[in-house]
Amino acid sequence: MVKRIDVKDVDIYYGKFHAVQSVTVSVPPRSVTAFIGPSGCGKSTVLRTLNRMHEVIPGARVEGEVLLDGENIYAPSVDPVSVRRTIGMVFQRPNPFPTMSIRDNVVAGLRLAGTRDRKRLDEIAERALRSANLWAEVKDRLTKPGGGLSGGQQQRLCIARAIAVQPDVLLMDEPCSALDPISTLAIEDLIGELKKDYTIVIVTHNMQQAARVSDQTAFFNLPGVGQPGRLIEYNDTEKIFSNPDEKATEDYISGRFG
Amino acid sequence: MATTESIVNQPATPTPFQHISGSRKIKNALATALVTVAFLIALVPLGWLLVTVITRGFDAILSANWWSHSLSGVMPDEFAGGVYHALYGSIIQGLICAVIAVPLGIFTAIYLVEYGAGGRLARAVTFMVDILSGVPSIVAALFIFALWISVLGFPQSAFAVSLALVLLMLPVVVRSTEEMLRLVPDELREASYALGVPKWKTIARVVLPTALSGMVTGVMLALARVLGETAPVLILVGYSRSINFNVLEGNMASLPLLIYNELVSNPEAAGQLRAWGAALTLIIVIMILNLIAAASSRFSAIKNK
Amino acid sequence: MIGAMNDNATGTLETRSRGSRRSADLIFQGISTGSGIFVVLAIVLIGVFLLIQSVPSLAANNANFLFSAQFSTTDAGNLRFGIRDLLLVTVLSSAFALVIAMPIALGIALFLTQYAPTTLRRPFAYLIDVLAAVPSIVYGLWGLAVLGPALVPVAEWLNATFGWFPLFANGNVSIGGGGTIFTAGIVLAVMILPIITSITREVFRQTPADHIEGALALGATKWEMIRATVLPYGRSGYIGASMLGLGRALGETVAVLIILRTSTDPTTFSLFDGGYTFASKIASAAAEFNQPLPTGAYIAAGLVLFVLTFVVNAIARSIVGGKVNR
Repeated sequence: MVKRIDVKDVDIYYGKFHAVQSVTVSVPPRSVTAFIGPSGCGKSTVLRTLNRMHEVIPGARVEGEVLLDGENIYAPSVDPVSVRRTIGMVFQRPNPFPTMSIRDNVVAGLRLAGTRDRKRLDEIAERALRSANLWAEVKDRLTKPGGGLSGGQQQRLCIARAIAVQPDVLLMDEPCSALDPISTLAIEDLIGELKKDYTIVIVTHNMQQAARVSDQTAFFNLPGVGQPGRLIEYNDTEKIFSNPDEKATEDYISGRFG
Repeated sequence: MATTESIVNQPATPTPFQHISGSRKIKNALATALVTVAFLIALVPLGWLLVTVITRGFDAILSANWWSHSLSGVMPDEFAGGVYHALYGSIIQGLICAVIAVPLGIFTAIYLVEYGAGGRLARAVTFMVDILSGVPSIVAALFIFALWISVLGFPQSAFAVSLALVLLMLPVVVRSTEEMLRLVPDELREASYALGVPKWKTIARVVLPTALSGMVTGVMLALARVLGETAPVLILVGYSRSINFNVLEGNMASLPLLIYNELVSNPEAAGQLRAWGAALTLIIVIMILNLIAAASSRFSAIKNK
Repeated sequence: MIGAMNDNATGTLETRSRGSRRSADLIFQGISTGSGIFVVLAIVLIGVFLLIQSVPSLAANNANFLFSAQFSTTDAGNLRFGIRDLLLVTVLSSAFALVIAMPIALGIALFLTQYAPTTLRRPFAYLIDVLAAVPSIVYGLWGLAVLGPALVPVAEWLNATFGWFPLFANGNVSIGGGGTIFTAGIVLAVMILPIITSITREVFRQTPADHIEGALALGATKWEMIRATVLPYGRSGYIGASMLGLGRALGETVAVLIILRTSTDPTTFSLFDGGYTFASKIASAAAEFNQPLPTGAYIAAGLVLFVLTFVVNAIARSIVGGKVNR
């Protein structure tokens, strides 16, 4: 059930502060879309509106539509909890639950939703860990706390946790920014494999990473101080990095600012 | 260090450093001496008090029936029996108080951290928790007397004591729980939300377990505080020299009440001995709770502190 | 690929109407908010109930409530009670305790944050906290049986040397017995020492490191650094902490009740007076709380104590502010 996402004319506010202005993006299924841009341009903010995580911050609100296979996730009848279950998320810093074992971390989403069948949970944990390329490293210590793993392993644990609830879409908010180069490479390889099964949106500050892993790239920018962030250009990654339509994109890619 | 020493050891060479005036050095030394003395002064009553209680109460708590018998049928001038009835009273009153105050305090802290978010009600609650923590125990006892006994017409009982203790325990539980909940990183809440876990389950299954050991520490310290309270038991329950298991009716002893009664109404040497023994017993109970608190805080799931 | 979680055939998003978890969320939020409201209500109810219960007695009072030194409630038909002496003894004993505890607490807080060897700071601080763990009845026992008698020579010397000054003049109880405000105040000082110390310590510890380093880099001695950075930064916290200690001293019951001797004479505003504080007076009469009117007289005294501690604590909190969560 891999789905596409259509963002239509979305404006994001924090209280009175207008954070992002009229963003329209279409994310095709089974592909990786990268959001790039300078700090504060709103790329993470846009990502968080894709599964209504921005609502966790008091005062945040969104205008416009985000369609998941044509269904508006902001429709009044839709429960944000079910949106987040359908659209999973991986965060900047690995954040395994410190009170749970590795295995319990992976199946946390299912257990907390009430699945009790141990055998099924064990199966799901193994499959999710295999998908996250972590099974071989942790299969002998599934009952140990997740905090004991290395940073890169923890991040793959978090990816396993996110895919264990079987989402349709996976959002990644700078998933490698807290990791060393070797762990980063492992995660990038994993993203390449996961896109066969999921629609992936990744925010990254690392342009080489965007070029390596993504199929489409969206470049966000801040026109000026105090102004809302905007989507400047959205195109195939190859085009963005070789021959972008916008001058601002080219300046950013070539390192002339930001 | 080596360079400093070599300079000091060669008086012939003039020091390259500026001279510090004698009065500045003297002031500095004086300040060091004064603050050290202040600390030592505080240790005097501590050591004096503990040594007194231990030496005077030691024989009592080692006597044959101290931990297993009440004072039922024991003459005032006869040293016999024990504090079993008072120990039971202290523990049951503390437990009933905890059963009410701990959930109430935890939910209040959850409101402050997870729902209130600095709103007007949250600020009012924080202010009132501060005020409640400053309410003298005698005032809390008088309030329960006015409400529970005068207006609602219930008899004096151990339960009334527990109600007054709730008011004293509540702010301590709220504060410590609030502090622990704030230490739980937001990332864990976000991770849980992103898995499609509803907010209440996130709090109950992710946030609270993470904060658990710190909360246990706070509850133990709060319990230690209320077990030593004397004012509520003086006003809200009568003293009994024998065991009473019924918390809703009748007189019931507790360690502070036993100490007070032996002190005020029993001038015999045996009464003094009992008072010191009960004081030592009370301190031991409180120290055990403090040790549990300290042990629990070592098992904290929150590493970055 | 991993066992179907969404049992909806189309895999569409669940709607709110389906979610029982929505109502679980609301219940949980309701319980939390209700608990918060309960705390606010508790304080309001304390004030209201004490007021309601004391009004009939105040109306039946034949003495001036504020200025009479009498406190006679044995004849319910002729109540004569006033809080003058209770207030004087309460304020005098607490103020005396504060005068002793404040400089010592300041010294300890500086010692624990600036002077003690780093590895010993925690165990040393723990020792001071043990003082807070000792129950007040044990302080009373110790004050009555050990400290009071031991202080008699000091008290007699003060009385003989400075007797011309009202505070050290002969009071309404014998100095030789030790059951004076002098003894009670010192015990109270020991009892409030850990509170003042712990909050002051907390505030001092938050002094910005770059202030401290800046002062040291200018060639300040340790004491000069403390005067230039730590003390100004922590001053308001220290004052607020002291007021919290004052609030605790004002309401302390059983230690004072045990230590202070009763006297038939009115208070003379000497440290060598005996008598009752608000709290000890109420506790001393607990056995007689059977008739509404006399009981109401004590509840009225309790109400004054409540208001007094409320004001002191509110001021203290506003001074300490958000610096310390304690």
